[in-house]
Amino acid sequence: MQLWLDILSWILLSGGGLFVLIGGIGIIRLPDLYTRMHAASLTDTMGTVMILVGIMVQAGLSLASFKLAAITVFLLLTGPTATYALANAAMLAGRHPKDVEMPPDLPEDLRL
Amino acid sequence: MGMYYVAAVAIFLTMILALARALLGPLVYDRVLAVNMFGTKTVLLLSVVAFLYGRPDFLDLALAYALINFIGVLAVLQFFQNRRGEALNSNIDTTPPDGH
Amino acid sequence: MTVLFGMFLLTLLVISAIGIVRARNLFVAVMLTGIFSLLMAANFFILDAADVALTEAAVGAGVSTVLLLGALALIPPNENRSKRVRWLVVSVVTLTAITLGYATFENPRLGDPEAPVHQHVAPWYLEQTPVLIDIPNVVTAVLGSYRGYDTLGEVLVVLTAGIGVLFLLGLPGAYGGRKTEDVARGRTYLSHHLVPQVVGQLLIPFIILFALYVQFHGEYGPGGGFQAGAIFAAALILFALIQGEREALTLIPPRVLVVLMATGALLYGSVGVLTMLLGANFLEYGVLSSDPVKGQQWGIILIELGVGISVASVLLAIYHAFAARGR
Repeated sequence: MQLWLDILSWILLSGGGLFVLIGGIGIIRLPDLYTRMHAASLTDTMGTVMILVGIMVQAGLSLASFKLAAITVFLLLTGPTATYALANAAMLAGRHPKDVEMPPDLPEDLRL
Repeated sequence: MGMYYVAAVAIFLTMILALARALLGPLVYDRVLAVNMFGTKTVLLLSVVAFLYGRPDFLDLALAYALINFIGVLAVLQFFQNRRGEALNSNIDTTPPDGH
Repeated sequence: MTVLFGMFLLTLLVISAIGIVRARNLFVAVMLTGIFSLLMAANFFILDAADVALTEAAVGAGVSTVLLLGALALIPPNENRSKRVRWLVVSVVTLTAITLGYATFENPRLGDPEAPVHQHVAPWYLEQTPVLIDIPNVVTAVLGSYRGYDTLGEVLVVLTAGIGVLFLLGLPGAYGGRKTEDVARGRTYLSHHLVPQVVGQLLIPFIILFALYVQFHGEYGPGGGFQAGAIFAAALILFALIQGEREALTLIPPRVLVVLMATGALLYGSVGVLTMLLGANFLEYGVLSSDPVKGQQWGIILIELGVGISVASVLLAIYHAFAARGR
């Protein structure tokens, strides 16, 4: 039983770490503010849930698990809200997604 | 035990990348995004390291920080928008939304 | 492993410090200061100093960033940089840095049990706390009881900072002649958007509850008055951000805030005077109850409450002093 729990934790923690890393690479490599926001917020949420559930599996049923569950709920609530507020602020300030440079060899039907 | 190290290393690397975006990002909004991401990663790192060190009562820090991070991001957006709003309304030579 | 993590974090710290100095736009500098505080908090955490890490995260990365932004809203956004290199300044700074670096070669190893700092009072504190005070968190025991005078001084410093800001900037409704009604009503950007409003309103009660948890849990885990005060102030700042400045000033009127600022410090001092009236020295909590150990615990709870009240009201008053200005 403990072995299955350990395997589950390994999968969750490594998967979560992978997602988090993908988000980090995305925030560096992607060309525009909005695409970066996309990378950051989606991978944040997924990585957070996986890592924290992975730790919860290890902690069993205890006060620590309850605190981890509380952290997960708060991050799930506040992450998308912060992204919404940021995207809204950027739009209101006049930064539109169309402003990004298209590569010249992109076919017509793929252009924004 | 080893799984915590894997997660911690991944989170560290992401923190480095987020810091790079905060230093580079041409717009202020890029930097706000990077700081927000840095904050969430810090919460994760604190949780993982708390378990790594076998001290689950350190989770209070992660919880506190998860709440405070949100407030910080909203405050930045609030004050930045206010500033832009005043400049736009009163014909002052407005600073561009870029932050160099 | 601690050393490795520590080295990583310290490298990132240096990089962000260089970024702060080089940034010309002050918003960027404030953002990077937030990251700097977070890295410091993580650093303290890795060194097993949980109380300090919690305080740094709550105050440095949270409330301090908001206060700096409030100040930035009042000034031009770019730094006036002088063109000439000031050789005197550069040489003094470099000399000091080299001297400090040289001095660290003589430092004892991290966690060395033979280090001088671990020799004199520290073992005594660790041995005597279960006997004299009987609370699990020795940090709270040290700052509440063994070094109670220091903490009284810290509360008075916080109070003085609040008084200073109020003298300089004024607070509508308390000092400076402006009335609360003159502050513009709910004109914040966030009060026009439903999603942050709803989520914020949901979260505020929990943040306040968490602040109370941290306040009263300070004897058993990381926590205490300073952290709790900062988190409580952060909750009310969130309210001000979402609903608007005038609504926040109506929620906790400025006169009440000013009275609360002093009440915290007064509570702390009163505990000391009370112990004197009961026949012991100033801040000798043992006489507060028939059992000296219980008396110590009561004393610590009361002074932490005083600290929490004072810190929360001062931070909130400083925030309102900045944010309500110029509207």
